Amino acid sequence: MLRRGALGQAATPSAPSRQLGASATALGARAPNERLARVVGGTLHEISLTPLQDLHGIVTPSDLHYERHHAGVPRIDPHAYKLLVHGMVDRPTVFDLSALRRFPAVSRFHFLECSGNGESAYRNMRRDQSPQLVDGLTSTSEWTGVSLATLLREVGVNPRATWFLAEGGDAGLMARSIPVAKAWDDAMIAYSQNGEALRPEQGYPARLLLPGWEGNTNVKWIRRLEFADRPFMTRDETSKYTDPLPNGTARMFSFVMDAKSIITFPAYPATLPDRGWWDVTGLAWSGRGRITRVEVSTDGGTTWSSAVLEQPVLSKCHTRFCFPWKWNGREAVLMSRATDETGYVQPTLAQLRAARGAGTRYHFNNIRAWHIAGDGSVTFGVGG
Amino acid sequence: MTRAAMLRTALVAVAAVAPIHVRRNEPPGPPARYGLGRPATAEEVRSWDVSVMPNGNGLPTGGGTAVQGAAIFRQTCARCHGPTGVEGPFDRLVGREPRQGFPFGRDASLVRTIGNYWPYSTTVYDYIHRAMPYDAPGSLKPNEIYSLVAFLLRRNEIIADTAVMNARTLPGVRMPARDRFVLDNRHGGREIR
Ligand code: HEC
Repeated sequence: MLRRGALGQAATPSAPSRQLGASATALGARAPNERLARVVGGTLHEISLTPLQDLHGIVTPSDLHYERHHAGVPRIDPHAYKLLVHGMVDRPTVFDLSALRRFPAVSRFHFLECSGNGESAYRNMRRDQSPQLVDGLTSTSEWTGVSLATLLREVGVNPRATWFLAEGGDAGLMARSIPVAKAWDDAMIAYSQNGEALRPEQGYPARLLLPGWEGNTNVKWIRRLEFADRPFMTRDETSKYTDPLPNGTARMFSFVMDAKSIITFPAYPATLPDRGWWDVTGLAWSGRGRITRVEVSTDGGTTWSSAVLEQPVLSKCHTRFCFPWKWNGREAVLMSRATDETGYVQPTLAQLRAARGAGTRYHFNNIRAWHIAGDGSVTFGVGG
Repeated sequence: MTRAAMLRTALVAVAAVAPIHVRRNEPPGPPARYGLGRPATAEEVRSWDVSVMPNGNGLPTGGGTAVQGAAIFRQTCARCHGPTGVEGPFDRLVGREPRQGFPFGRDASLVRTIGNYWPYSTTVYDYIHRAMPYDAPGSLKPNEIYSLVAFLLRRNEIIADTAVMNARTLPGVRMPARDRFVLDNRHGGREIR
């Protein structure tokens, strides 16, 4: 039975306990049966999606963390790496990697999510989509780095500076304007992910991390911070990453990722081979703090019951929920609905469309549905 | 000394040193500065600081016109953005929206272009300088970038054929979508915005 985990075929001895095992190795590898992979997409191969349906707990293995880049993954020599901090500061300063690592380190678990994640749940209701294809542009890691507030004190930021430009060292010098208040709050320059140096596609050797804010603002390969008293209006905060609204305006600097959840099992392409007890499970997260409640509906949103939140429940981090469910073998529609500590409740598609309009871009956090047919097959959406 | 006296002495000694022990066990508070990193040289800042702001801060000397830009566009940009900036295969750069009311929120099929969506003219310079041509970023000189900006603004029917784009004129170009942008008004809580 194919449940969670993509199990493949691999040659294994029929009686492993009667055969001397393999020696220790310098570098571990996944069991040969475990076939985990991102799905690469985009005409320029500029995205890859995390296989949410194959993972447990909340941490995403680093090699399965989603990717989104605008000019490919640069190769940066860690010995030549520099972070320049300048503009409205008392002391324009260059930090190399060893200087960044010498500051007191902070480690925190946070999700990242591309703000374009889940567009197919808003517009394209193709039924043969897995959680990976619907919402795979989100992942969680333990990030380690230096608190940006520490660097602000180090360079003496002018109190009149209200914004800073965060610029990457990729081939597009990707840049975003960020309010200085976020730097004092919980931003960091991260150099480590899940206990080791960042992966190249996650910004090696250092990136900006803005907990709870849209992925694009967490500028990778960070090379320059310029402090100013106004935003810079870069292409990626005007042409892109702005949200048109039905009233003829477009929202800009829509940084925070609102509360969202998705059931990762049962979900396409898994099937329920027989009736009886099943563990409905998934992920919930909010850019505004902790998840306080996840509810599950098995009747397409008519009735809701609270799911169990598995520990740890961390701020601005994926939270695992589960919901034991006895399937009676009849057609069902499963949904999950997250609430965060501000009291925000994940909206229905109709609610979000009313607020944002059919043509909007980004921040697609409406409730997701999975249709269970009488034969146990599962498809994306409400079915019918 | 009796055992009781010894104990008393010991307790007094402990009491006397205890505050010191407590203080020693607390980690030192963070210093105002750690003294890490090194001063950036003016040359380092100059060579890395590429940002251009809506008020024109950061624009270099130089200039160009749409006619000059047309030739550069044909040679270096057209293969990815099409001969007139419309055809692709990559991002469409040219196009105005004939309908009133900035209908992007209502119509998912609308393609956002410099002419119908970009609020600031300076962003065109800033972005081309940073990122284009996609496969040869950083290869264009200021005169070439100004010319390409003039070409794209002209094709989008925002400036005249003869207009020269430079550090003085470009920030003054008013974009059609300039007044369409609003700040984020979501703030958690019950309301869906
Ligand atoms: C090899 C292909 C290629 C070439 C050559 C190229 N571009 Fe691009 N251009 C792209 C791609 C791909 C993007 C989108 C990048 C992204 O999504 O971040 C883009 C984006 C842009 C944008 C932003 C579009 C928007 O709506 O946000 C502008 C402006 C632009 N290019 C101008 C130019 C100019 C001017 C040239 C010539 C100097 C040029 N490009 C040459 C591929 C190319």
